[in-house]
Amino acid sequence: MNVSAADWTPAWLWLFVIASGLYHGVNPGMGWPLAVSAGLMDRSPRALVAALGPLAAGHLLAMLLVILPFALLVALVEWQRQIQIGASLLVIGFGIFRLVARGHPRTLARIRPTQLGLWSFAVAIAHGAGLMLVPIYLGLCREADLDKGHEAARALINVNLGMAVLVSIVHATAMIAAGGFLAWLVYRYLGLKFVSRSWFNLDTSWAVSLILVGVIALGFGLAE
Amino acid sequence: MTIRPDPTFHASPKLAMEAPPESFAYTLLLSPDFSKPDALAVIDAKPDSPTFSRVVHTLTMPTKGDEFHHFGWNACSSALSPLAGHAFLERRYLIIPGMRSSRIYIVDTKPDPTKASIHKIIEPEEIFRKTGYSRPHTVHCGPEGIYISTLGGGGKDGTDGPPGVFIMDCETFDVLGRWEIDRGPQKLHYDFWWNLPRDYMVTSEWALPPQFENGIVPEDLLSNKYGHRIHFWDLRARRNVQTIDLGANHQMALEVRPAHDPVREYGFLGVVVDTTNLEGSIWTWWREGGTFHIEKTATIPPEPAPKEQLPPLLQGFGAVPPLVTDIDLSMDDNFLYVACWGTGEMRQYDVSDPRKPKLAGSVHIGGIVRRTPHPNGKAFAGGPQMVEISRDGKRVYWTNSLYSTWDDQFYPSGIPGAEVMANASAGGGLELARDYWVSFPDGYRAHQIRLDGGDCSTDSFCYPSV
Repeated sequence: MNVSAADWTPAWLWLFVIASGLYHGVNPGMGWPLAVSAGLMDRSPRALVAALGPLAAGHLLAMLLVILPFALLVALVEWQRQIQIGASLLVIGFGIFRLVARGHPRTLARIRPTQLGLWSFAVAIAHGAGLMLVPIYLGLCREADLDKGHEAARALINVNLGMAVLVSIVHATAMIAAGGFLAWLVYRYLGLKFVSRSWFNLDTSWAVSLILVGVIALGFGLAE
Repeated sequence: MTIRPDPTFHASPKLAMEAPPESFAYTLLLSPDFSKPDALAVIDAKPDSPTFSRVVHTLTMPTKGDEFHHFGWNACSSALSPLAGHAFLERRYLIIPGMRSSRIYIVDTKPDPTKASIHKIIEPEEIFRKTGYSRPHTVHCGPEGIYISTLGGGGKDGTDGPPGVFIMDCETFDVLGRWEIDRGPQKLHYDFWWNLPRDYMVTSEWALPPQFENGIVPEDLLSNKYGHRIHFWDLRARRNVQTIDLGANHQMALEVRPAHDPVREYGFLGVVVDTTNLEGSIWTWWREGGTFHIEKTATIPPEPAPKEQLPPLLQGFGAVPPLVTDIDLSMDDNFLYVACWGTGEMRQYDVSDPRKPKLAGSVHIGGIVRRTPHPNGKAFAGGPQMVEISRDGKRVYWTNSLYSTWDDQFYPSGIPGAEVMANASAGGGLELARDYWVSFPDGYRAHQIRLDGGDCSTDSFCYPSV
């Protein structure tokens, strides 16, 4: 049997959606130590689990907020190439912004410790966590559309919306699974020392990853 | 910015206690007659070092008349909360306010504390212009950056508007502006601290600048015009939520020491003097059902003395008030140290039951009348004042000066700067270390001490010690 490269593309894209979720999840800056703190403050593993809910919800909402507008845009089949290029430039631009604007995020620091959902949402937006998934999402949409051929625009929108929700949910699930698992390990076995031990300054590599994803997507967009 | 969190940041108070002990004690030096610039002394605190308990570096400021008093670090263990968003700051810069000049020095202690140097100077005009406050005092690092309390409002004598807290950026050290959105009835200021996960701040009251800059004003004290209230704030909303009056006779409510373990919703407050009986007192505050409460939990009596042994200010009373001018809580929240600057005593209270402090240890040194010498035989002028505890709770350091003009009223024969250390036993008990005695250059007095790697009045924590 002959497997062409194109058949593998969706699998790689999905793998990226999951891997980026895991990456966000294990990063202390995205919130798992707050779940450990909640568990320890209330001396109850239930409080730890309860804190994971808003952390996941905030992250999911941030994904949806960024990806859904593109779900509507990609229905404009004629403009797909331009949209792909525009999205790539947006991701590159945000990556550069993250590289340059390194100030202390005071607005984030003003969110109350009790508003974990809002904080998780804001921190994901501020880091462009959803933005990085946009080129991936556009790639998945194109694959799905190729399968279906040229259907009516409305059907296409439904397919694309469904894909946006699916991508966001898969990513957020991977994120909270990894973060929650780590929080539990620290709470139950590893101890608080692990909080500082597991923390790496990924600001630069994160900004560079954004630029890279944007550049690759731009390359594909221009090559078509 | 670093790649890993600063090794002196600890998630919980327990981890901070287990970390390596301090190597240096930074101490502020004050020229009481303003004839020389103030300075920062770096003292060797490594017991096995040949220069142990000696000043190994002195950083003299370029300007005279600043009046150094309290200071703090640019970053502490609280950076380990993702909520703060700045996990990769270094504990590196000392923020040193000039309490009289309103100038602030940012001192870089890296790469070598014995070569600490000035990184930046913030001129008074910037603080006046951006905050409307003057006379900066307590420094803490927190979620929004560096928080600095002030004792004065605007205008030449600092009485144009109430004093408060302002925020400074923790990376650029730009003064950003006032912290308060709604100050409620708060009109005086002194110290502040907080419980970060529980999201509240506690502030205390000393006096307005005309009541302290030229010395204590006896008429104001006897008519109970110094501060006697404690304020509780919603930290993120920057709103005063509750003010409690201790009673007007409880004059000068100064140091605020919350429990380090954030799961414990209580703390302590020291009151300098009760004008009805000259007692000093310790108060315990706590939060229950969303409301704050406070009660007097320990008192320290005055000591009768013949008139001729007293300074003019006290001769009418025939007694020495203890003058509780500083308190400090050990990292495990078990021992509260109380400086009795008047009677010349450092008290150690067991506060494991926070509303029932038990006297566990005591050391006499100096004092207005007692004048107890150090066990090494040297005279210790003044009394125990600014106190700092090592993170592991085993060593307690203190200096002897209170404030330039007040020193002269209570100790007219002068207070040559001195710094001593006492060893604390695990179960309670305090004994002065014979081999720790820091003498400073002539003409300088010593004030607050900061230990490298953090100490018991610097670091706040976002995870409990379990």
